[in-house]
Amino acid sequence: MDLFLQQTSDGLAFGGIYACVALAVVMIYQATDHLNFAQGEMAMFSTYIAYSLLHHGVPYWWTFLLTMAISFIGGVLVERVIVRPVEGTTVLNEVIVFIGLLAIFNSLAGWIWDYTIKPFPSPFPDKAPFGITFIGPHDFGVIGVTLVVLAAVFLFFRFTPVGLAMRAAAQNPDSARLVGIRVGWMLALGWGLAAAIGSVAGMMVAPIVFLEPNMMMGILVYGFAGALLGGISNPVGAVAGGFMVGVLENWVGTYVPFVGSELKLTAALVLIVTVLVFRPSGLFGHVVVKRV
Amino acid sequence: MALLEVSNLEAFYGQTQVLRGLSFKLEEGSVTAILGANGAGKTTTLRAICGMVRTSGEVRFAGARIAARATESIVRYGIAHVPEGRGTFMRLSTEQNLKLGAYTRKDAAGVADDLERVYRYFPRLKERRNQQAGTLSGGEQQMLAVGRALMMRPKLMLLDEPSFGLAPLLTEELFRILGTISSERQVSMLVVEQNASLALAIADHAYLLETGRIVMSGRARDISRDETVRKAYLGY
Repeated sequence: MDLFLQQTSDGLAFGGIYACVALAVVMIYQATDHLNFAQGEMAMFSTYIAYSLLHHGVPYWWTFLLTMAISFIGGVLVERVIVRPVEGTTVLNEVIVFIGLLAIFNSLAGWIWDYTIKPFPSPFPDKAPFGITFIGPHDFGVIGVTLVVLAAVFLFFRFTPVGLAMRAAAQNPDSARLVGIRVGWMLALGWGLAAAIGSVAGMMVAPIVFLEPNMMMGILVYGFAGALLGGISNPVGAVAGGFMVGVLENWVGTYVPFVGSELKLTAALVLIVTVLVFRPSGLFGHVVVKRV
Repeated sequence: MALLEVSNLEAFYGQTQVLRGLSFKLEEGSVTAILGANGAGKTTTLRAICGMVRTSGEVRFAGARIAARATESIVRYGIAHVPEGRGTFMRLSTEQNLKLGAYTRKDAAGVADDLERVYRYFPRLKERRNQQAGTLSGGEQQMLAVGRALMMRPKLMLLDEPSFGLAPLLTEELFRILGTISSERQVSMLVVEQNASLALAIADHAYLLETGRIVMSGRARDISRDETVRKAYLGY
């Protein structure tokens, strides 16, 4: 039972990270109908920025907020400067740009900070609160931080005029323009938010997997799996999917003998294929109700 | 001074030219109807004014040149477009759809007033205020589109086939409300309509469009008496 609890809570911690990645992916997908393959590398790059800030003596939580802000601006710039020229051309163009971004961020990180594995600190105390033992202190903190971030994003979209405008721009760009929404900027804002959310995932996962240019490759696959499982058209579903993938991954790794920790990533890929074959809209994805 | 002044407007979809040098004026506070068969360029005229198609020529709104500007900048002058197909934000609620209409406005109190006014015009929308807009009936979505446009407190409304897909009774109701809005609120309107007799009934002026050209223009009363118009568009 202890093992089960431990694996589950461990899974929830990773699930929170996947949920952030999934949410970042879904935000851009909703606005553009494309998966941003560079989401993981952007998060990794953000984490390196955090690493540098920490190195220069900036306190952790200031680093955390600064990194989110810098990532936000970076995301906006990437959309305006690099992605915008190919927006609305062909699917292939956009996908190639995304993959190009992936390669650029990966190499850039290696070039600036080199490829050696670096430790990244956890901001959380050595002991989980309330005398909890089945869950590590970092895991506990990760679950808390991701829940706060996800709640903030949810409130932003639900209750602010800009959040509403972003949803409108994603659902019906023509109609959004007709009420005066600057759709192009909403898209840039979406990229900024996605980059900021991704940076949280990067900073939370780095203490566990250590910081190196390829650290987000696997995480991104889990994030995709989470987004697909929950429903790529539904941000709340994607978050739930992220948590589910985290837990499932750990259960499968622990209880299915031949999987172990070696084949966990394969399990995520199997999940992606299974969802795409049997339920492409995901568990919570809605088929849009439309009346003509 | 004319509120809207269009001169030598041409519009293109790719290589295809749809409007061939339209020129017309719309007086402040007046209702103007554009009549014509399918494919004459009625919808394109409205889209061209809003910068949603490639155009050449000049469009002046209250003296300002608006041609070749971005759609979202043009509408900020106070032009509300009720588009063909209604433009509903399907996964947002009815009330969110309406509030988006007031996106460019900063006067919260005025927006709240206008929301109540829209609900007074269209009580059905109030009943369904929290319902996902995609589940509204065609008629309700048409009301929603008109309501969303009103929320902008526009100077000019461009209405593209407001009667499309509506039952006859609903259509009459909608046009009655449009008439009220134009006289009460001093909103100018440019109406494109298949149902020519309805449009002429509320219009002051009318233009007849054929293959991208204006072939007849005049007061709505005179146009509706014209022999050829009656035969071709009014059906009696």
